[in-house]
Amino acid sequence: MKPTDVKNPEYFHKVVDCQFACPSHTPVPEYIRLIAAGRYTDAYMINWESNVFPGILGRTCDRPCEPACRRGRVEDKPVAICRLKRVCADFKDEIKDRLPKIPKQKNGHRVALVGAGPSSLTVARDLMPLGYEIDLYEANAKAGGFMRSQIPSFRLPEKVIDEEVGYILDMGVKTFFNKRVESLKQLLDNGYDAVFIGSGAPTGRNLKLPGYEADGGKNIRIGVEWLADVAFGHRTEAPENVIVLGGGNTAMDCCRTALRLGAKNVKVLIRTPLASMLASPWEIEDTQAEGIPIIENHNPIEYVVEDGKLVGMKFEIIVYSVDKDGREVFTPTGETDIVACDLVLLAIGQANAFPWIEKDLGIEFNNVGLALVDPVTHQSTNPRVFFGGDAAFGPRNIITAVAQGHAAALSIDMLLHGQDLHVRPDPGTNLVSQKMGIHDWSYASMVTEEERHAVPHVDLREAIHSHKMEVELGFDLETAFEEAQRCLNCDVETVFTAESCIECDACIDICPVDCLTFTENSEEAELRRKLNVPAYNLSQDLFISKNLATGRVMVKDEDMCLHCGLCAERCPTSAWDMQKFLYMVTKAGQQ
Amino acid sequence: MSYAIPGFRHPNLPKNDLGFTTKDYEGAVSTLCAGCGHDSISAAIIEACFELSIPPHHVAKLSGIGCSSKTPTYFLGNSHGFNSVHGRMPAVATGANMANRDLIYIGVSGDGDTASIGMGQFVHSVRRNVDMVYICENNGVYGLTKGQDSATTDIGSKSKKGEPNAMEPIDLCSVALQLGATFVAQSFSGDKHQLVPLIQAAIAHRGFAFINVISPCVTFNNTPGSTKSYDFIRQHMASSNTVDFVPHAEEITTEYAPGTSTSVTMHDGSAINLQKMDPNLDIHSRRSALALMQEYKAQDKVLTGLLFVDEDSQDIHTTMNTTKTPLRALSEKELCPGSAALEKINQSLR
Repeated sequence: MKPTDVKNPEYFHKVVDCQFACPSHTPVPEYIRLIAAGRYTDAYMINWESNVFPGILGRTCDRPCEPACRRGRVEDKPVAICRLKRVCADFKDEIKDRLPKIPKQKNGHRVALVGAGPSSLTVARDLMPLGYEIDLYEANAKAGGFMRSQIPSFRLPEKVIDEEVGYILDMGVKTFFNKRVESLKQLLDNGYDAVFIGSGAPTGRNLKLPGYEADGGKNIRIGVEWLADVAFGHRTEAPENVIVLGGGNTAMDCCRTALRLGAKNVKVLIRTPLASMLASPWEIEDTQAEGIPIIENHNPIEYVVEDGKLVGMKFEIIVYSVDKDGREVFTPTGETDIVACDLVLLAIGQANAFPWIEKDLGIEFNNVGLALVDPVTHQSTNPRVFFGGDAAFGPRNIITAVAQGHAAALSIDMLLHGQDLHVRPDPGTNLVSQKMGIHDWSYASMVTEEERHAVPHVDLREAIHSHKMEVELGFDLETAFEEAQRCLNCDVETVFTAESCIECDACIDICPVDCLTFTENSEEAELRRKLNVPAYNLSQDLFISKNLATGRVMVKDEDMCLHCGLCAERCPTSAWDMQKFLYMVTKAGQQ
Repeated sequence: MSYAIPGFRHPNLPKNDLGFTTKDYEGAVSTLCAGCGHDSISAAIIEACFELSIPPHHVAKLSGIGCSSKTPTYFLGNSHGFNSVHGRMPAVATGANMANRDLIYIGVSGDGDTASIGMGQFVHSVRRNVDMVYICENNGVYGLTKGQDSATTDIGSKSKKGEPNAMEPIDLCSVALQLGATFVAQSFSGDKHQLVPLIQAAIAHRGFAFINVISPCVTFNNTPGSTKSYDFIRQHMASSNTVDFVPHAEEITTEYAPGTSTSVTMHDGSAINLQKMDPNLDIHSRRSALALMQEYKAQDKVLTGLLFVDEDSQDIHTTMNTTKTPLRALSEKELCPGSAALEKINQSLR
């Protein structure tokens, strides 16, 4: 194998598993260390720079960082990254004086944002400090988009949304609430230099089965719309028997909300077996903890309506399988089942619709009704129109919408400065030794064996009576410190200098996880086999040094490295050093 | 400074026949200088015992005084240990071995502890053929007292202070061979491929097994003019043979070209497979080993590998016809056979 080029920022970036997995590439270990140091406001600002909504995400993020966390490989459970993020939001001081200054003198460019969800707000956050004039159009009365309308308050209190959305709107964004954009052509004709469409995936999918017309859509509701009704106070109670169709996170939100609005029997029915549900495991756990049954292998076939009133839903029992092409196959067993209900909530997916985008604007669409959008630049086939969030590639999650907002803001700024959108700026990086003394490091190198801490919840009997009461309480500071100490500091990289190595074996002998080997260089597959402990996790890279004095190379399997720094501590010549690697995605105005 | 090693180990760490991983054979974190050759020898001992699936409580590790003699703290943390006074490890090992012949004895010493203050002890443990492994961690310098030349420093070798050594060195392997040692090997701390099977063979050997391991002192004797630096040894090391230790349970699968390999079967049924690097070495001949060592020395080379073995060796217990039972297992009945037995002995002396 060729010697590893650690000058390529992507090599060390990949070692920081959590940050690498995060769509916004938030420097997770950096803010976790700040939490451990009690610097909550600093930790919050690191987050705010990168993901814009730390308080919101600290409660609702899909947390792709956690399955990626190295701790989950060396131990059982990852660091509770998401809930630590909430800690810095909960315990920070006033941050207004740390927010970027908005220039009085504008730069002359006007940008329109359609929809006030996380992606649009991120574009505003990035462009306002650069002097852009921004008009924000939103069909609802308040900003926040999906975060406000469809995530129930018992998971995400309104005041958290108000605060974090407020930081951006207070930058001087010109808002047009209760204003649904009916024509993109009109918007473009208004003289905007660029338009960003972050209107989300506004409609849930409907399910028109026999009986639907008889009910007339009164008690058969699209889940996300029903949740929005609840969020805006249009609906305050639920009938006695409620069934929810679907196995995703929206289904979990629907059934738990129905319970809080007074429903006595709430059931979730899914077409697949439980194991194939799309909802996050922790959402499923929380739902089941509230006593809501999830009934599997039920395919809905008919709404049962008697005298114009919905009384139940007919299902066929199916056998679920996946064929050789990976397609789901639902084979009816011939058995059917009728489940009594007064209300059906449909949470079977979301559909995108852009009836307001005229066909002659040069925006091409694909066969599922989404615009053709460049995945890197977020530009549509009309160079002035950009898409982000769920409107771009279909329903994802908040953190992805934020990442896309950053990318689109950068593209808009580059477009209006006459730059090539495809020549993206390099990330900002910094690599600094953490050596403080012969055997001292400026980070807590010792690895604690503390297990993951559970987040406390309010008493469930109390919780289900209010759809506004937040169920999770968040960590207290003592638990937060202990949880923060579980972080392995993967961003403190092991940096090797082949010229200094005397091949004394000290690092090999001390490494607790046997991830280092001196060996003759060879092909990757053979090299992976002949390491001290073979490296069979192909998703993790091998570090290969330059040739050493004996002709061998130093090979490091990044998979299990604890970043404990013992190799560097035991190295007599400092051929190993622990250096902190900071990787910041370059945003608009920083290039 | 880290005084402890993290508790996590690689989840795919191999297990031996006892279900143990190398973690079960580790000791405390070393407090020796970073890069000390002794730490590699500790790691080799851990590896050797792990691979042989030795229950840690079947081992007693013994040492004297010096950097080398600190190391038993850093390996086999679940074994018995005795840190004796300077140079007196052989006497303690001999006594322990006489009292309980069932344990495996691993003595660790250095060039000061062996060739200076403990020379008298060393030579007698050799000629008595005590059943033990004796590892001399030889760095040619008194590290713990800040770097004076030791009794094994070669003539002309320069340590950190820069003065060439003027006195003749003691060659411990030659001394051991001349005193009738039944297993003599030389190795280098930086070559675990050679050292681990040598330690395993030494453990399998019945009798005194001596391994002189050149182990560079990074702090005082890893300088360009030293003959015991990492660089010097790597450049001047010659192997008499490659050693492959095969525990008796395993089938021998390695194949060598005819005439170049020897297999030595040990008393416990295990085997040492040797591939000759120098056709002149006969590992059953003391004379051959001594001559070859002189020859390599004259060429400014350090001969390593297994130099001599007598697999039919009789250890001190056999020579003295002692009881096969450890003393702690003897009951009063065996220890005090009664007045009739005493009378019989007295009669025989009249």
